[in-house]
Amino acid sequence: MTEPHRPATQPTDALKAAAGNAATPEGASPPVVPPVAEPEIVQTRSQWRDVWRQFRSHRGAIVALAIFVFIILFVSVGPLIWRIDPTYVDIRARNSGFSLAHPLGTDQLGRDLLARLMAGGQVSIAVGLTAMAIAIFLGSLIGVMSGYFRRLDGPLMRLTELFLALPLLPLLLLMVTLFREPLSQTFGSAFGIFLLIVSAIGATSWMQSARIVRGEVLGLKEREFILAARSIGTPSHRMIVRHILPNVLSPIMVAATLGIATAIITESALSFLGLGFPPDFPTWGRLLYDAVDQMVLYPQRVIFPGLMISLTVLCVNYIGDGLRDAMDPRIRGR
Amino acid sequence: MLNFTIRRLLLAIPTLLFISLVIFLLLEASPGDPLGDVPLTVPPEVRERMRAALGLGEPWPVRYVLWLKQFFWVEPLYWFDQVFGTAHAADMQRIISFQSRSPVFDVIAQRVPQTLTVVGMSYVVGILIAIPIGIMSAYKQYSWFDQIGTFISMIGFSMPTFFTGVVLIIIFAVKLQWFPSVYDTTHEVTDWNSFLVQARQMVMPVTVLALYNAAQISRFMRSSMLDNLGQDYVRTARAKGLTERVVVLKHVLRNSLIPVVTVIALGLPAVFGGAIITEQVFKVNGLGQLLITAIHGSDIPMVLTLTFIFAILIVVFTLIADILYGVLDPRIRYD
Repeated sequence: MTEPHRPATQPTDALKAAAGNAATPEGASPPVVPPVAEPEIVQTRSQWRDVWRQFRSHRGAIVALAIFVFIILFVSVGPLIWRIDPTYVDIRARNSGFSLAHPLGTDQLGRDLLARLMAGGQVSIAVGLTAMAIAIFLGSLIGVMSGYFRRLDGPLMRLTELFLALPLLPLLLLMVTLFREPLSQTFGSAFGIFLLIVSAIGATSWMQSARIVRGEVLGLKEREFILAARSIGTPSHRMIVRHILPNVLSPIMVAATLGIATAIITESALSFLGLGFPPDFPTWGRLLYDAVDQMVLYPQRVIFPGLMISLTVLCVNYIGDGLRDAMDPRIRGR
Repeated sequence: MLNFTIRRLLLAIPTLLFISLVIFLLLEASPGDPLGDVPLTVPPEVRERMRAALGLGEPWPVRYVLWLKQFFWVEPLYWFDQVFGTAHAADMQRIISFQSRSPVFDVIAQRVPQTLTVVGMSYVVGILIAIPIGIMSAYKQYSWFDQIGTFISMIGFSMPTFFTGVVLIIIFAVKLQWFPSVYDTTHEVTDWNSFLVQARQMVMPVTVLALYNAAQISRFMRSSMLDNLGQDYVRTARAKGLTERVVVLKHVLRNSLIPVVTVIALGLPAVFGGAIITEQVFKVNGLGQLLITAIHGSDIPMVLTLTFIFAILIVVFTLIADILYGVLDPRIRYD
């Protein structure tokens, strides 16, 4: 299958080179290097290397990436170093300020704020990533389906428009309130709520990526390499997996990055309205919500989780911005 | 254009019906019971009668159609009666809230002014800040002004409104004591002094929402200006010897505002939704707060009606945005 596949992608590269773009092989065909001739091309400029080079020149994005990696390390490796149980109630040490035993102080039950920030971050980021994965999966599926199969285009786009017309935040509030009890009974309180929040956010935020992917697929379908692949009788599923999907990867990745930010904000907003995770299961939004009652006396308990949310979202937004610049071949050539 | 509008309006009807059905079924599938707070000592037959009195005895398709009739027929008729003093809807049942036992629309009408003053004001302020910033950052692309503007607007839409709100409360209400932290909705504006009090209590919620909106709109404004500044007609205008002021503020600005206006129209319903959180932070008892209390109290008619009103707002403003786009930009043809 590799042999007839090669000529299919060749015209694209030629086309791109002619258009004055960075002539990089499409991600569609990872090893386009002909197996027989030209042994001297060892250092092929892969697409991802180009993307990375362009990404590095975006200063904000690089700084954001560094901070984001640091945040990830903080919430994942942090608990291994700072070994206080975030749910351990030490009532004698309650409401303590900054000290050596509790660097960020404790809350009204004497739970260590630093440990709670780490544990909360794990949940918040896990929610962000999982909800984004669901939304992107749904969005790409529906986008590719409606872009590739003309018969499905009408109904699927009507469906997308319907979802876009739904009032999302009220609906999310509704779903979370109505289904938290039965789900937490079946799956346990923490995992049930996690499942509910993640699927609710995922199911209500796929529409933008579906539209973007559909547009890209519609444009892609008119290209020569698709015609060539079709002419040798490539079946639809292989066509989508090998030729279409790799070529729409860059808009999907940008949408995915920005989706993480939205999902984290939505989760913390739900937690802030008291409709998120249960109290003994900290997330950044929940920590903020719990601290609001005592914000006059202990403002740091509000500020730290809020800063973590904002910092994470800011980093993710900057990374998305950098990715968009890096993946856009019109800009990458410069 | 007229054809397009009519077609879109006709298409909006099934959309809205479908959305109302989705919300209705979601509420129907919920395990929450409006009679959950009724004590267990109440005998089952009385409980059944209470259930019937709330209209819960019927199967759901009947109740759905009844609600549709109440929403689209009884309520408009009732307003008609109010205006013209007739009595067409005298013996008809309006949508009644489970919690307050008063008509849902009366409660909503009490809450709308609070939401509108805060949300509407913040949107206007946000637009007024965003447009000059967008123009400046596009005109002086990559200057320090543009860099700072980009950074601030990035921060603006990365900080969730519940965090900015709380921080503003800590700084300005607790530490400096400049503004009240709780929005007093019973306050009435009668003279200059009471107007000042009203203005002071509006400052913080409006700032929070305006910051968030301005961050997004200024980004749109900047990219739209950048698109237009590179066009041929700008070079022509400059070549004619027009002053830079006229070129930018007349030729470029007008063309750049076209997409921005539609974005503003599209964002308006989302602002109502987003205001739910801001209202919660500043304890404004507007529509968002009403929705949250209704959800907590399993007040099905209230939740259904409110959510549906949000959906109508979205559909209507999407339509307005599309029509505006066609009216403002003669190159756009909907055929």
